[in-house]
Amino acid sequence: MFGKLSWAAVPLDQPIPMIASGVVALGIFGVMALVVLKGWLPYLWREWITSVDHKRIGVMYTLLAMVMLLRGFSDAILMRSQQALAFQSPGYLPPEHYDQIFSAHGTLMIFFVAMPFVIGLMNFVVPLQLGARDVAFPTLNSVSFWLTATGALLVNISLVVGEFARTGWLPYPPLSEIAYSPGVGVDYYLWALQISGVGTLLSGVNLVTTVLKIHAPGMTYMRMPMFCWTTLASNLLIVAAFPILTATLAMLLLDRYLGFHFFTNEAGGNVMMFMNLIWAWGHPEVYILILPAFGIFSEIIPTFSGKPLFGYRSMVAATMVICILAFMVWLHHFFTMGAGADVNGIFAVTTMIIAVPTGVKVFNWLFTMFGGRIVYSVPMLWSLGFIVTFVIGGMTGVLLAVPPADFVLHNSLFLVAHFHNVIIGGVLFGSFAGYTYWFPKAFGFRLHDRLGRAAFWFWIVGFYLAFMPLYVLGLMGMTRRMQHYDVPEWHPWLIAAAAGAALILCGIMLQVAQLVVSIRHRESLRDETGDPWNGRSLEWATSSPPPAFNFAILPNVEGEDAYWGIKQHARDQAHSNEEPEYEDIEMPANTPTGVICAFFATFMGFALIWHIWWLVIVGGIGAYATFVVFAWRNETEYKIDADEVAKIDRAHRRAIRAHSDAALASS
Amino acid sequence: MSEHARQADIAPGDEPIDDREIAKGVRGYLIGLGLATLLTVVSFVVAGTGWVWAPSIPIALAVLAVAQMGVHLVFFLHITTGPDNVNNVMALAFGVLIVFLVIAGSLWIVSHLNQNMLPMDQIMQMQR
Repeated sequence: MFGKLSWAAVPLDQPIPMIASGVVALGIFGVMALVVLKGWLPYLWREWITSVDHKRIGVMYTLLAMVMLLRGFSDAILMRSQQALAFQSPGYLPPEHYDQIFSAHGTLMIFFVAMPFVIGLMNFVVPLQLGARDVAFPTLNSVSFWLTATGALLVNISLVVGEFARTGWLPYPPLSEIAYSPGVGVDYYLWALQISGVGTLLSGVNLVTTVLKIHAPGMTYMRMPMFCWTTLASNLLIVAAFPILTATLAMLLLDRYLGFHFFTNEAGGNVMMFMNLIWAWGHPEVYILILPAFGIFSEIIPTFSGKPLFGYRSMVAATMVICILAFMVWLHHFFTMGAGADVNGIFAVTTMIIAVPTGVKVFNWLFTMFGGRIVYSVPMLWSLGFIVTFVIGGMTGVLLAVPPADFVLHNSLFLVAHFHNVIIGGVLFGSFAGYTYWFPKAFGFRLHDRLGRAAFWFWIVGFYLAFMPLYVLGLMGMTRRMQHYDVPEWHPWLIAAAAGAALILCGIMLQVAQLVVSIRHRESLRDETGDPWNGRSLEWATSSPPPAFNFAILPNVEGEDAYWGIKQHARDQAHSNEEPEYEDIEMPANTPTGVICAFFATFMGFALIWHIWWLVIVGGIGAYATFVVFAWRNETEYKIDADEVAKIDRAHRRAIRAHSDAALASS
Repeated sequence: MSEHARQADIAPGDEPIDDREIAKGVRGYLIGLGLATLLTVVSFVVAGTGWVWAPSIPIALAVLAVAQMGVHLVFFLHITTGPDNVNNVMALAFGVLIVFLVIAGSLWIVSHLNQNMLPMDQIMQMQR
C-alpha cells in the first residue's frame, strides 16, 4: 500500500532534524492558521496563487528563493560550526548527517535559491522593460513557478520523511547508484530536480519567446535594455542545457529503478559519461545564473552614475559570445579524470577565452562610472561589492583553468572558495541589488535605506572572512566535504571562516528586519511617481506598483537611444495634460491550472520516491486531466474597460504632476 | 522593424486562415508525408536487402536520415528562408550548434578517457 514508506522513515531518534523541522512545521502552521482565521485565504487564492500576472509570479519566485535561502544558509551554518569544532574530535554532526547537509546545501542554493531568484527578477522586470503587457505564455508561467515550488517542497520533505542524498550536489555514480546509495535520498534529489527542471525549461521557453516576440512598438533588438539581452542569452542557455540535465538524471533513474547500466561499473556502463554529461549542463548552468546578474548591474550602474551604459553594443556582443562559449568549456570540471594533455589543453584555452568577454563587461561598468555623478545607494553598493569580489573570483577561476594547477587544487577548499566567490559575489549580490532596486516598482514603497546599508556591510565583510580562509586552506591541502580532521594548522582558519558565517547571519537578520521595518513604515517610504531612482528604462514610466495591464497605452519607442530617450519620451507622453484615447484592454484570466498541476506532481514525485505505484498513477492522471481541462476552457481573457484604464492612468498622472509641481516650488 | 514586418512575424502554427491557404497547407503536408514515407521505406529496403554494397549501408542510412530531417523541417516545421522565419532559423542554427558541440565534444572526451583510463583488470594485465 505505501511502498517503502513506514514510520521508520521518520528519524525520531535524531534531535537536530526533528527540532528543526518541528520549528518549521510550527511556523508553517502558524502562518496558515493566521491566513485562514483572518480570512485572507480567498484573497491569496484569487490574487496570488492562481495569478498568471508576470509581476505576481515574479514576486512569488523571489519569495520562494528568499525562504529557501534561509534553509540553505542554516545548512551552511551547520557545516561551518561542525568544521570549527571537529578538530581531533567527531564534532556534533555524525558523518551520514553531515553528508546530507552539504548535499542539501548545494542543491538548495543552486536550484531553489539562485535559480528562482534570477527567474523571478527576469519575470518581473523583462515585460515591463520591453513595454509588454505580460509574458508570451502567462499560464505556462504559473505552471513553471508551481513546479519549481514542488521541487523545493520535495527537498524539504526529505528532512522529515526519509533522508536526503549523501552524494554531494551532483550525484556522481557509482556512489549514487542503487548498490551504494540504497536509500531514498538520491531519489528525493532526482525527482525534485526532474519536476522543477520541467518548470525551469518551460520558463526558459516562455522568456525566450517573450524577448523575441513581445515588444512595444519600435522596441527593436538594439534598443532593448541590457537586462533583456542577458535574459535572452540566459534563457537560450536554459532551453539548450536543461534537456541535458533531464536526460542525464533520467538515465540515472533508469539505473536505479529498472536495473539499467548507463553509469554502473558493471555490464558496460560508463561512470565517466555521467561526469561528462552532467557538466555539459553544469557549466552552462553557471552562466544561466550569472548572465541575469550581469544584466542587473548593467541597469543599476548607469542609473546611479547618471550616464548611459558605456559600450552597449560591446555588452550585447559579450553576452552573446558567452552564450556560445558556455558550451565549450565543460571539461575543466574534470581535468583530473584522465583525458590527457590534448583534451585538457583545448578546454583550458577555451576556459581562459571565456574570461575575456566577462572582462569586457567589467571594463564597461568601470567606464560607465568614470566621470559620472555616482549615487552610493544600496543597489549601487551591492554592485560595487560585486565588481571587486567577482574580479577576485574570476582570477582564481582562470588559475583553476590551468590544468597543472587544477591537479593540485581539484576538490580542495580552494575550489569551494572560488565558486562561492563567483556565485555569492556575482549571482547573490546581483539578486540582492536587483531586489533592492526593483522592490519599489513591485510594491510601491522603497526598502529601508540604513538597514540595507548595514546588511550590505555585514554581508561583504562576512563573505571575505568566511571564504578567504578557504583559499588558504585549499592551498594547505584541505579537501572539501570533510566531517572531521586532525591537522592543527587548519583549525584557526576554520574558526575564522565560522566567524565569517556568523557575520553573514547578522547580514541576513538585518535583511529580514529591513523587510519588516519597510513594510511597517511604508507610508513614509512611499514611491509616488513610479520612478524613485531616476531610472533609465521603460519600467519606470509606469506607476509603482504597475497596474495589471502594465501600461495604459503601450509606449511608442522612437529613436536610437536605447535608454534615456525612450523613457523621457514615454514619460512625456504619460505626463502631458493631453490624454490619449483609452481603449479596452484584454488580459489573460487567472487560472488554478498551475497550482493544481503542481499539487498532483507533488504527490506523484513523493510516490515515485517511495515506490507507491497506485499514487503515481493517480498523480499522473490528475496532472494530465488538469491540463486537458485547461486546454478546453472557454474563457481565456477578461476585459478591463477603457473607463477603468483611464481612471487608473489619471491617478498616476496626477501623482506625477503633483510631484513635479512640488519639485518646482522647492527649487 | 516596420509595422508590416511585425505583423508578418507570426508564430509557427499561427497561420492566417483562408480557404485557399488550407488547401495549400494540406497539399504541403501530403507532399511531406509522401517524402517521409518514401525515405523510411527506402531505408528499410537498404538495410534489409542486398541491393546496396554491404559496407556502405551505414553511410546510406545516415544520408537518408539527414534527408528525413530535412523533409520534417521544411514540410512539418515550416522552416523557410523567408524574412518572417529569421527567429526560427536562428533557433535551429543555435540548436544544431549546441547539439554538435555536446555530441562531438563528448565523443572526443570519452574516447580519450577510454584510452587513458582502462578498466582495472586491463591495467593489471598491461603491468604483468
